[in-house]
Amino acid sequence: MQVTIIIQKKTGVLDPEAQAIQQALYSLGFDDLQDVTVGKQITVEINTNDQERAKYRASKMCETLLANTVIESYKIETKEPS
Amino acid sequence: MSNEPLMKFENAASMGLSKEEWLDISKHIGRLPNLCELGIFSAMWSEHCSYKSSKKWLRTLPTEGKCVIQGPGENAGIIDIGDGLAVIFKIESHNHPSFIEPYQGAATGVGGIIRDVFTMGARPIALLNALRFGQIDYEKTPHLVSGVTSGIGSYGNCIGIPTVGGEVEFDSSYNGNILVNAMAVGIAHSDRIFYSAASGNGNPVIYVGAKTGRDGIHGATMASTEFNVEAESKRPTVQVGDPFTGKLLMEACLELMAANAVIAIQDMGAAGLTSSSVEMAAKGGLGMEINLDLVPVREANMSAYEIMLSESQERMLMVIEPSQAEIARQIFSKWDLDFMPIGLVTETNRLVLRKDGKIACDIPLEPLVKNAPEYDRPHLTPKIQTKTNIKDIIKDISILDALRILIGSEDLCSRRWVFEQYDSHVMADTIIGPGGDSALIRVHGTQKAIALTTDCTPRYVEIDPYIGGKQAVVEAYRNIIAVGAKPLAVTNNLNFGNPEKPEIMTQLVQSITGMKDACNQLSTPVVSGNVSLYNETDGKAIKPCPVIGMVGIIDDWRNAGTIALPANTDLVILGQDGNVNSGWLSNSIYAKKIAKKFGGAPPPVDLNTELKCGKFILDCYSNKLIEAAHDISDGGLLVALTEMMIAGKNGAEIKLPININSHSWCFGENQSSYIVATNEFNEIARRSKNSQIPYIYLGRAIAAQELKISNGDIISLNELEEIYNSGLTKYL
Amino acid sequence: MRIAVIVFPGSNCDRDMLVAVEKITGRRPALIWHKQSNLDPIDLAILPGGFSFGDYLRCGALAARSPIMSALHDHAARGGSILGVCNGFQILIESSLLPGFLLRNKELKFICKQTTLALNAESNCKLLASLDSKKTLKIPVAHNEGSFFADTETLSKIENNGQVVLRYTSDTSAYSGNPNGSLNDIAGVCSSNGKILGMMPHPERAMGAGHESSDGEKLLRSVFEAIIK
Repeated sequence: MQVTIIIQKKTGVLDPEAQAIQQALYSLGFDDLQDVTVGKQITVEINTNDQERAKYRASKMCETLLANTVIESYKIETKEPS
Repeated sequence: MSNEPLMKFENAASMGLSKEEWLDISKHIGRLPNLCELGIFSAMWSEHCSYKSSKKWLRTLPTEGKCVIQGPGENAGIIDIGDGLAVIFKIESHNHPSFIEPYQGAATGVGGIIRDVFTMGARPIALLNALRFGQIDYEKTPHLVSGVTSGIGSYGNCIGIPTVGGEVEFDSSYNGNILVNAMAVGIAHSDRIFYSAASGNGNPVIYVGAKTGRDGIHGATMASTEFNVEAESKRPTVQVGDPFTGKLLMEACLELMAANAVIAIQDMGAAGLTSSSVEMAAKGGLGMEINLDLVPVREANMSAYEIMLSESQERMLMVIEPSQAEIARQIFSKWDLDFMPIGLVTETNRLVLRKDGKIACDIPLEPLVKNAPEYDRPHLTPKIQTKTNIKDIIKDISILDALRILIGSEDLCSRRWVFEQYDSHVMADTIIGPGGDSALIRVHGTQKAIALTTDCTPRYVEIDPYIGGKQAVVEAYRNIIAVGAKPLAVTNNLNFGNPEKPEIMTQLVQSITGMKDACNQLSTPVVSGNVSLYNETDGKAIKPCPVIGMVGIIDDWRNAGTIALPANTDLVILGQDGNVNSGWLSNSIYAKKIAKKFGGAPPPVDLNTELKCGKFILDCYSNKLIEAAHDISDGGLLVALTEMMIAGKNGAEIKLPININSHSWCFGENQSSYIVATNEFNEIARRSKNSQIPYIYLGRAIAAQELKISNGDIISLNELEEIYNSGLTKYL
Repeated sequence: MRIAVIVFPGSNCDRDMLVAVEKITGRRPALIWHKQSNLDPIDLAILPGGFSFGDYLRCGALAARSPIMSALHDHAARGGSILGVCNGFQILIESSLLPGFLLRNKELKFICKQTTLALNAESNCKLLASLDSKKTLKIPVAHNEGSFFADTETLSKIENNGQVVLRYTSDTSAYSGNPNGSLNDIAGVCSSNGKILGMMPHPERAMGAGHESSDGEKLLRSVFEAIIK
């Protein structure tokens, strides 16, 4: 089963990259811009058909390696097998 | 033979081959080539691999000398620095890829030149970069500068080789075609150098490093054709650098070489597996058979053509000692790298490739290398250039206002914004990093140090390519001398437009001739180099840029000098007298920036004087007469002095001459001169007279933080420093 | 004195650190490959600078999960001393052996330059105990991710515990001296027991003899003196 993991900086953590992008977008005239968040998307293929199990394993991966929970939060999305 | 369709002339033309070349290929093979075979010929016969337009002239360069172990023709040049050590170095361009994708283009340029050096058994110890961008306020320039800078940094910083010097210049002729020339320098034991010639019928051919993907297919051909706006849409062909894998590959190769397992080794650089296999076999006078199904690939269904022409990075081809195969495999497994025997050395003098059980290519090797085309392209007699009248250049502004404009200009201001993004201290042997005349790197574990610099003044070359070619060499020479090192040898990177145009060919021929004369006179042979032609955008050529990378040596780094001005010393100009040649403003930065006068004859270069002055400075160094030194070049005397003051955090008090216009004296770009700070002025004066070296007493270095000129002008060092340091940051 | 320098595949200051240690102690430290899972008893482990695994994912994240790290955790649990420099500091943070996090530099650029450091007089760092906190140190940085960050609670905790060891400072009022945007100008922190020190500046590049400064040698000497005691 394919699992998509989205990792983002926690609110309140300084993100100069997002700030720079925001600044650039403003100067390009996107003045309705509210906020920019920069993150990482990691897609993993887990050998199971059980959605809950896939999510559980993916969260284990995040906790042990993929995210640094001091500064990052993660979201896990699974795709229903078609 | 396989059932692959055979090619027609149209296919060859699309790969940049001429009708004659196409006919030649068919003649050499004895039939029409298939796609893979044609691809191999077109890559090997491209300008990039065959030097077909420049070879005739490159041959005229001096390539031999007492210190030379290996001249041009291998991955890099090698010189002996005594005590069983050798310096291995080369410069190479990555212009087109860097314009298309500046970050990856520059990064892979650095990665490629590093591989050229460690392939020969050297541990790389320093990197330099000669960079030319478009006009600083051109819309694309900031993006390209940022991308190239971070790309160079990303590779060098990660692999852990200090980036210690180079050049950054801006000129509108590079708006559509930037120049990214990267130089790598390594140290090896002179009895443990590795070459690319294969030997031993039946010996295994091993593929190591990263997997092969579809990146950069036919890059060597792309580097050999003119650029146009459409090429920007060629994005997917750009190679991606992986400095981490590059580091693993470097460590693994050096470990393998130490284990005596390597017979021959070649980097898969331009034209990838094609040039590496062809050159290894041809240099050994042998043949090679490769099973392409065994090549580690990153993507499915790659054709023979794609595998052979891919320019995926961080890959090497080698022939190893069969008895050491297991040790070799273990070393690569330790570094988690692919290690795959893909073929054998044969005695057939042919390159035979198999794919899917069929023969995908079977061609004779000799014509690929030895019968590559060579052209004597038409060129013209150069025009005699006249000097711009000094009255048209000198403007009615104060010396200090002129100085403010010059040191704040993108041509002369501090390059700190760029070089602070490079790790210039890693390996902990950097004695002088970026910002000096030459970088100075200690040879690890010894007292020796090598001095490194790159130089070229394209605006001189454009107007007078002969003088420009000489000037690039002498300025590099002065940079090495100024730190107290002895110049040894040269690598060159010849960046020009389309050589099929006689006026471009004239630039190439004349500047090579200038280089030849200078290298002969100064005894600095050319041991490696690279030619980058067709640097044109929509038919308009760049300013010609024959970059010189020079290496020098000092026996004890503790005797080296810097540009940092110490207080309470006397300032002397050596190599300059009070006559008109002391104020050559024609084609200077002053003329360009203050009078907006472009062109005009560049300053003459007198090789004999240059040599004499250089020897004199080294002699002063060995008698401990010099506290700091700086050569006078772009921007002239006062700019050089300002750089010394800023570096040393000390001021100066100077005397203007009476018999010459003060602007031309302060900002003229006459050659062969140095500013020297000394505690032994009388001794220097005495020696100068004896050696017939002209000298002028300039003034005193003072602890007060200001520049005082005898006409009453005064400016604080703080102000100078601020102008100097903000020159680039206001644009980037 | 038993010192081990831990080597990851992308370490690139391991040799520089080895040379520095040897210069000061007269003895060559052991080089320990990251794939090794046990560690003979040592007095000090040094994690050198570099790009341990290409800085992919997050700097130090993959190295922090290397086989050698469990042995290093055991060493730390026994009260052993560890020094992490630059990427080594990032690895210690990723291993939770030190608090906080190192974000990308404020200017989003790699930065290589000389910095001036002040030793926090309140610091409980055992490894720098013999350094004079009144004297600043000149030691260069070279990093892309060195901006120290911690949430408010952690930050006040480490400040109160004396875990902030080194701060960027400056000789002139015009420049704060903070090159990367670190909170509270933090350049180095230590563990609560004061025996694990992580710092972004490279002391092995300030060893005198051709280097711009010799303050790195002073700092390392203090570390080695501390572990003999």
